[in-house]
Amino acid sequence: MSISRRRLLGSAVGGAAILHYGRMGAFAQAPTIKIGILHSLSGTMAISETTLKDVMLMLIEEQNKKGGVLGRRLEAVVADPASNWPLFAEKARELIARDKVAATFGCWTSVSRKSVLPVFKELNNILFYPVQYEGEESERNVFYTGAAPNQQAIPAVDYLMSKDGGEVKRWVLAGTDYVYPRTTNKILEAYLKSKGVADADIMINYTPFGHADWQTIVSSIKTFGAAGKKTAVVSTINGDANVPFYKELGNQGIKATDIPVVAFSVGEEELAGIDTKPLVGHLAAWNYFQSVKNPDNDAFIKAWQAFTKNPKRVTNDPMEAHYIGFNMWVKAVEAAKSVDPDAVIKALPGVKAPNLTGGISEMLPNHHITKPVMIGEVREDGQFDVVWQTKDLVPGDAWSKHLDGSKDLIGDWVTRNCGNWNTKTNTCGS
Amino acid sequence: MIAALLAEKLDGRGKIFLIFLALLALLVPICNLLVPAGSAFHIGTGTVVLLGKWLCYAMLAVALDLVWGYCGILSLGHGAFFALGGYAMGMYLMRQIGTRGVYGHPVLPDFMVFLNWTELPVAWWGFQNPVYAMFMVLAVPGALAFVFGWFAFRSRVTGVYLSIITQALTYALLLAFFRNDMGFGGNNGLTDFKDIFGFNVQSAGTRMALFLASVAGLVIAFLIARFMVTSTFGKVLVAIRDAESRTRFLGYRVERFKLLVFVVSAMMAGVAGALYVPQVGIINPSEFSPINSIEAVVWVAMGGRGTLVGAALGAGIVNALKTTFTTGALAPYWLFVLGALFVLVTVALPAGILGAAESLIKRMRGSGSPARKPAE
Amino acid sequence: MNHRHTTLRDRARAIAPGLASPALLALAILFLLTCFASLPARAQDYNAALDKFLSDSFPDTEAGIAGVQAVGDPRGVPVIEALLDRRLLVNQAAKAIVYRDRAGATFDARTGEPAAAPDSPTTVRLNNRLRGIAQAALGAMTLLSPDPTRRRQAAEAVFRSRDASALPAIDQALARETLPSVRDALRLARAAIVLTDDATPMADRIAAVDVVSASADRDRIGLLRQVMNRAPAELKPALEAGIAKIENVLKMREIAQTFWFGLSLGSVLLLAAIGLAITFGVMGVINMAHGEMVMIGAYVTFMVQETIRNSAPELFDYSLLISLPLAFFVAGAIGVAIERGIIRFLYGRPLETLLATFGVSLFLQQGVRTIFGPTNREVGAPGFMSGYFEFFGLQITYGRLWIVVFAIFVFAMLLLVLKGTSLGLHMRAVTQNRRMAASMGIRTGFVDAMTFGLGSGIAGIAGVALSQIDNVSPNLGQGYIIDSFMVVVFGGVGNLWGTLVAALSLGVANKLLEPFAGAVLGKILILVLLILFIQKRPRGLFALKGRAVEQ
Repeated sequence: MSISRRRLLGSAVGGAAILHYGRMGAFAQAPTIKIGILHSLSGTMAISETTLKDVMLMLIEEQNKKGGVLGRRLEAVVADPASNWPLFAEKARELIARDKVAATFGCWTSVSRKSVLPVFKELNNILFYPVQYEGEESERNVFYTGAAPNQQAIPAVDYLMSKDGGEVKRWVLAGTDYVYPRTTNKILEAYLKSKGVADADIMINYTPFGHADWQTIVSSIKTFGAAGKKTAVVSTINGDANVPFYKELGNQGIKATDIPVVAFSVGEEELAGIDTKPLVGHLAAWNYFQSVKNPDNDAFIKAWQAFTKNPKRVTNDPMEAHYIGFNMWVKAVEAAKSVDPDAVIKALPGVKAPNLTGGISEMLPNHHITKPVMIGEVREDGQFDVVWQTKDLVPGDAWSKHLDGSKDLIGDWVTRNCGNWNTKTNTCGS
Repeated sequence: MIAALLAEKLDGRGKIFLIFLALLALLVPICNLLVPAGSAFHIGTGTVVLLGKWLCYAMLAVALDLVWGYCGILSLGHGAFFALGGYAMGMYLMRQIGTRGVYGHPVLPDFMVFLNWTELPVAWWGFQNPVYAMFMVLAVPGALAFVFGWFAFRSRVTGVYLSIITQALTYALLLAFFRNDMGFGGNNGLTDFKDIFGFNVQSAGTRMALFLASVAGLVIAFLIARFMVTSTFGKVLVAIRDAESRTRFLGYRVERFKLLVFVVSAMMAGVAGALYVPQVGIINPSEFSPINSIEAVVWVAMGGRGTLVGAALGAGIVNALKTTFTTGALAPYWLFVLGALFVLVTVALPAGILGAAESLIKRMRGSGSPARKPAE
Repeated sequence: MNHRHTTLRDRARAIAPGLASPALLALAILFLLTCFASLPARAQDYNAALDKFLSDSFPDTEAGIAGVQAVGDPRGVPVIEALLDRRLLVNQAAKAIVYRDRAGATFDARTGEPAAAPDSPTTVRLNNRLRGIAQAALGAMTLLSPDPTRRRQAAEAVFRSRDASALPAIDQALARETLPSVRDALRLARAAIVLTDDATPMADRIAAVDVVSASADRDRIGLLRQVMNRAPAELKPALEAGIAKIENVLKMREIAQTFWFGLSLGSVLLLAAIGLAITFGVMGVINMAHGEMVMIGAYVTFMVQETIRNSAPELFDYSLLISLPLAFFVAGAIGVAIERGIIRFLYGRPLETLLATFGVSLFLQQGVRTIFGPTNREVGAPGFMSGYFEFFGLQITYGRLWIVVFAIFVFAMLLLVLKGTSLGLHMRAVTQNRRMAASMGIRTGFVDAMTFGLGSGIAGIAGVALSQIDNVSPNLGQGYIIDSFMVVVFGGVGNLWGTLVAALSLGVANKLLEPFAGAVLGKILILVLLILFIQKRPRGLFALKGRAVEQ
């Protein structure tokens, strides 16, 4: 059985961190540059975040093989905030103040980012945040390499309204009750109404984290869909709740040709835990899919599967975000010839780095990046077929143009040195 | 006179405990503010924050030990009182942000602007006033404990039934605070605080003041608990713990004793939460999670139940271990350490670390009396 | 809302360019159908249609499907099927089009003969719109299939597509059809076409409304509402009556459905809690590691399925059956080890069992995380648990039905063990009065270990069932532990019947509240009600009476 192999694998991955401490190669004289990795390895978020820790270890190892940065070896410092939000802040402080890391790659949930934010501001360090999120933030010390709502949600809805997407007229916005789905749905609601969708044709539903019994909701989606108009579900359901949701969809026989579900939080990793046969044709919107054919991507997948010693390991969007973010950081450090956070923060906007889908992403003055938007359809093998993608890269908006509070705001850390610049009053804040 | 009273009320370990806290309150500020950063004796701000956090946990543990160790009420929902106190403090801190939020709204916190709220919900009224806010820190947990205890103790809900419904209580609150429609910031909770009582929350001086306040909070909580358990009142509590029915037959209104000690303990937990929030910088519904409350019970058991000092000690030890084992190469394995420790302590050290240490000392001194065992 | 309709019309135009009026269109269709029925397929057109697939671009693929359907060559049927299942392989340079059958053998699409797969083949992709079109085309092409299941599926596909070009084929099929179920499906499909086609005479359309509203389901009401959106005034009264008729039935059914959902949620709660009813209810151990036993059962299922996938795929449908005893023994053995290693030192100190078992639960969680990784593991549903069936119009998913049956079965078995075997007798004796039992010669240590093992083992087999509806991840158990305690306490500690009633009533109450209050508020209300209930009956629904309960 595969158990013994897995155990070996588990300890190999776990042991990688130890190896980093032990190995001294050609760089023995120069002091190392420390990189913090702040992802939960235990608790509820471990399911998503452990992968990101591993991918960072791999990227750092590869960079060291290439000669490190500025002639110095990189050293990973792994912390486990254990899916506990105050612990995130504590660990961030420890990484910056005690371990003196040059930059930190970490966080998944919005609340963990909000929790560490004051620490990064106070101690003036750099955080790379790799997950799609609700936007409405642009901080000097944070670089957002995941998608902002305009890089994921709105293109997905546009696709569903197009002829190829099925000309959807009726919308179910189903999400987990936290800030990302709330904001995304708020933006989508405003956007759909601006496209002439009536109130009666929008159904909004929120569920708690880890919701396991979807019978009633799936059944009410079916009822809502029986109004003689093409219906689609836009799902911002997060994490563990997705598996029972999709299982229930499959069991109750909702096929993608009848009511397609487009998800913003379901990628290759999540599908790895589901029998995808009944889900063929359901959709996901991301900025990266493993199935994209591209030499960079092939090399990345190969390296990842070799690193994890598992030829079946999948890659996903937040991993690509870390890949882009890490390479941007390396370029910025080389441009600034220093790992000093102030110098690197200054050097980062304008830095360009290739993404894994054939484009060149750029760090923008609002600390978000440009990304392509892709719509993928679930295949039987748990991968996605890209059925649509934007022609150009889409720049990330820190502040949504579709919300009253933020439509006049922009983030600009290059010329205005301000994350919430009001273009109406031409002031920073208010 | 106070000294005499203290000397009368405190046993040996209580004295050591207070001396230790006094040393902490003296040395930490010196090492943090006066000793230069390069020195080996310098204590960084990170450590001060960490110590402050542990002190708040210790206070929660003392509160829990008061009801569990002395009155036999095993509350699996004390995290709820802690979190409620924290939320009251958090709401005050949010109102202090004023126009410095990202949207610059003078009244509404950012998350409300964000979700298109137009006016402040009633629950938030008055929290800009520090006196009112501090009153609520005590009143909200106290009132909840009163209502809950009033019903539960009068109906003679005891033992595991009580434990499970306290768990249901904190679980229901977790779900409720998690809802964005409640107006407490949903899962993101309250964060990005700026000022407390007019001082910058992140400045070294404020942090030190908060640390000292936590020390003072723990000392006061300990003394209150100590006075309660050494008084006649405390003897009745112990009687209830050991034989509730007999105590009732003796004519004591058991439910009144339980209610009073439960409310006091909940208020203590609330104050601990209120001190905790400005130091960690965030309050969010996960503080209501039943696992947190169970962890608090574990601190008490690990340190030594029914000793007060042991409870505080347990909180310190477990959290220090947690901090140590969640960084670096050991990170993936810390749950093993924690899990194994719980098992070992409960099986091998039934009286907790403090109990075991004391019996060891006694044995070395040759006094030979067995370690006291708390009855169920 | 006419989009789909115009799309189809456009497609028909693309097939027969220059034809604009519906009458001409019908003629063209008739012509094509004649080709289909009488002439040998025109190889040229068929090949031309197939060539469209070569480029693997959505517009070309669409034209290809339309072309294959228009030619009506029976060789096209497996090609479209293969297209739908991602089994159609092309190589543009070599102009090769090959499909693979379900067994993996490859055939040339042009001839239907076996052929080698082309070098570096591309799989022709579909999107949802094309998938719908391909299904409709397949439906139209298989209406006359000798296999009745396929005929019914074809009729259903036509019903969904409302493709007017299939009307003559439907009529032809109706004339021949003898099986009532297929006839009904065909009639419904015909009614759907007639209703959505404005050109049909009004009397026919009104008659079609009656056909559609003859029985009630969501697809039918969806059709009527779709027509309603742009119906002429004469048709509206009939439609309104039809919609109202279906709505009434659906409303009644919804109530029944809610109860079914509640029952099914209740049985999940029962399964999750029933092991705890032994370890906590009977033995008094506050077993925080109970959820982890459930999780271990789920992982055993995963391992069994993995082994079967790798070495004996034909046994897949039996995987759950094989997992049951294994999960019971694995979880049971771990339970015995926990009891012998830890819990036996803690009897008489029930609250401390909470701490020790909490430690065990952390240990087991992280252990599973280290061995299997933190991500979800895939546990598939065997054939007999997939899909759903209609029961008096109620939609019942097989998975849920089996879980209800299984929960009742486990409950009955457990009752039998406790009340009918000597081990059960000993268990009850030891838990009621340990010393007395020991004096009677019962090996209390052995009985304790067996009892805890039994409770753990049952938690393990609950895990086998729960793996079908939830994540198989290290966090699986945590999701159930609180609910399980609530169920046992609500029912009354130490009473199995109480657990049964508590689980089912909590499930039903939850589902009754959910439509009004929402999922979150519903759950909060349940918890508050539970707290209030315990005030009223401090020892649960079915309290044990007598002196035994005084502590």
